[in-house]
Amino acid sequence: MSESSPRAWLLAEAPASRHQAWLGRAYRSWRLFRRNPLAMAGLSVVLALLLLAVIGPWLAPHDPVAQILDRRLLPPGTPGNLLGTDELGRDILSRLLYGARITLTIVIMVAVLVAPLGLLVGTVAGYAGGWLDTVLMRLTDIFLAFPRLILALALVAALGPGIENAVIAIALTTWPPYARIARAETLTVRGSDFIAAARLQGASPIRLVVGHVMPLCTSSVIVRVTLDMAGIILTAAGLGFLGLGAQPPSPEWGAMVASGHGVLLDHWWVATMPGLAIFVVALGFNLLGDGLRDVLDPRAGQG
Amino acid sequence: MITVRDLTVTFRAGNRLVPALRGVSLDVASGEVFGLVGESGSGKSTVLRVLAGLTRDWSGTLAIAGEPLGRRRTRAFHARVQMVFQDPYGSLHPRHTVDRALSEPLRIHRRAADRDARVLRALDDVGLDRSFRFRYPHQLSGGQRQRVAIARALILEPAVLLLDEPTSALDVSVQAEILNLLRRLRSERDLTMILVSHDLTVVGHMADRLAVMRHGQVVEEMPVDRLARGEPAHPYTRQLLRAAQGYDPATAEALLAEP
Repeated sequence: MSESSPRAWLLAEAPASRHQAWLGRAYRSWRLFRRNPLAMAGLSVVLALLLLAVIGPWLAPHDPVAQILDRRLLPPGTPGNLLGTDELGRDILSRLLYGARITLTIVIMVAVLVAPLGLLVGTVAGYAGGWLDTVLMRLTDIFLAFPRLILALALVAALGPGIENAVIAIALTTWPPYARIARAETLTVRGSDFIAAARLQGASPIRLVVGHVMPLCTSSVIVRVTLDMAGIILTAAGLGFLGLGAQPPSPEWGAMVASGHGVLLDHWWVATMPGLAIFVVALGFNLLGDGLRDVLDPRAGQG
Repeated sequence: MITVRDLTVTFRAGNRLVPALRGVSLDVASGEVFGLVGESGSGKSTVLRVLAGLTRDWSGTLAIAGEPLGRRRTRAFHARVQMVFQDPYGSLHPRHTVDRALSEPLRIHRRAADRDARVLRALDDVGLDRSFRFRYPHQLSGGQRQRVAIARALILEPAVLLLDEPTSALDVSVQAEILNLLRRLRSERDLTMILVSHDLTVVGHMADRLAVMRHGQVVEEMPVDRLARGEPAHPYTRQLLRAAQGYDPATAEALLAEP
């Protein structure tokens, strides 16, 4: 086995720069991650979704919204319509490919909104303690007390249907568990000597929370977000299904399932194809999350 | 240099009030190494934590270099008084490299100039090779971690160093290295130190004077050579000394029999 030089550089016992130390640690985590075949499968699904979202429009054989009424409800395998067509004669494959972009947009926007918010609320509450903790955590409890989909429904109903509002609604209903996790992690490190040492150096509370507490909470939050991605996709699809998410003719997967359910018994593929896409992507995110947990959260992994 | 008068600390455990310190008074001269010994729970570490500002609920009077201390410490205070913790496995942030641990104090105190040079010098000072600079704590041994912790405490060039059992979590051979390092640093930098330990040999090796604590009070204060001659005045100190010389059934009995 030949030891390639970039590899040796990454695994160096004595890194020569901040960069090398950081990359070396990332590489070690990657090697740990690579050993888990299921996690790698999850990663490939997520990467495939990313790729399709980028190049999908060029791959799609048809316009996703072009209606050809005399080619309605063609079964999968029809020449020119690999996965069949829906009740308006639109090509399902093309719609799936365009829909990947919508799904990914929803997932990324929710993650970008939710993870920092939950992290911030949780770490501040956990570190500050006292009345601030009480106020922030009771607020969290209030959001947690509502069933997620019902609250999202209410918000979308108030804000009006559409992808942006669906994202906002999902984000508002998803952050509380992250705040809880971040707070719990903060409480375990708050009393540790390294936090006391940082305080002794005169570090301000902001520096302590951002520079010392947050790095220790991010990994569990990232894992949780990844595991929740499946749920987020399903909630988005659910909102789409109920007609409160993406609006027709937009090829959002949940909305596609919704439009297909009327013809499910005679023309199963119309609802099944987008359903399968949702299933595969949700499963991929779940597997990825599991693998990330093994790497990032040493307590859960390695057993 | 350090004055402690009538320091009283009471911890709350549920509904009970547990007195941790009951009117402790100490004086530590500039450049002196002052030992605080006593059994677990005697309050010796609490004295350090109050001095460092980590325990905020106390009453009494504290002063360092003539300046009285309040509940909240200023940034200037932190530049002058630093602490080394007992457990080198817990006192370094697991996600920060040695470089980050050492440069953070400089960043907090806005000492931007020649930060790299100072980090390297700090490593040299505690006898760590420069190749350790970008390692994470989990890549270091206990002794190496404690050297990093000492380097971090000294990088702001404080006048006072508080040591909370700095060697008790280490192997015996490493203990000696760390103690020698602390002695060398003390003579080089004219540091004032308070050394908390339950180990009389460590205190005998390092300190000029010591106070023996029990149940939150100082039972005896003496120069270290009186300890070395084996003639402390207070019976409890004599017991402690005998206990330190090795296990002896009679001493153990006597210690257990006392309230």
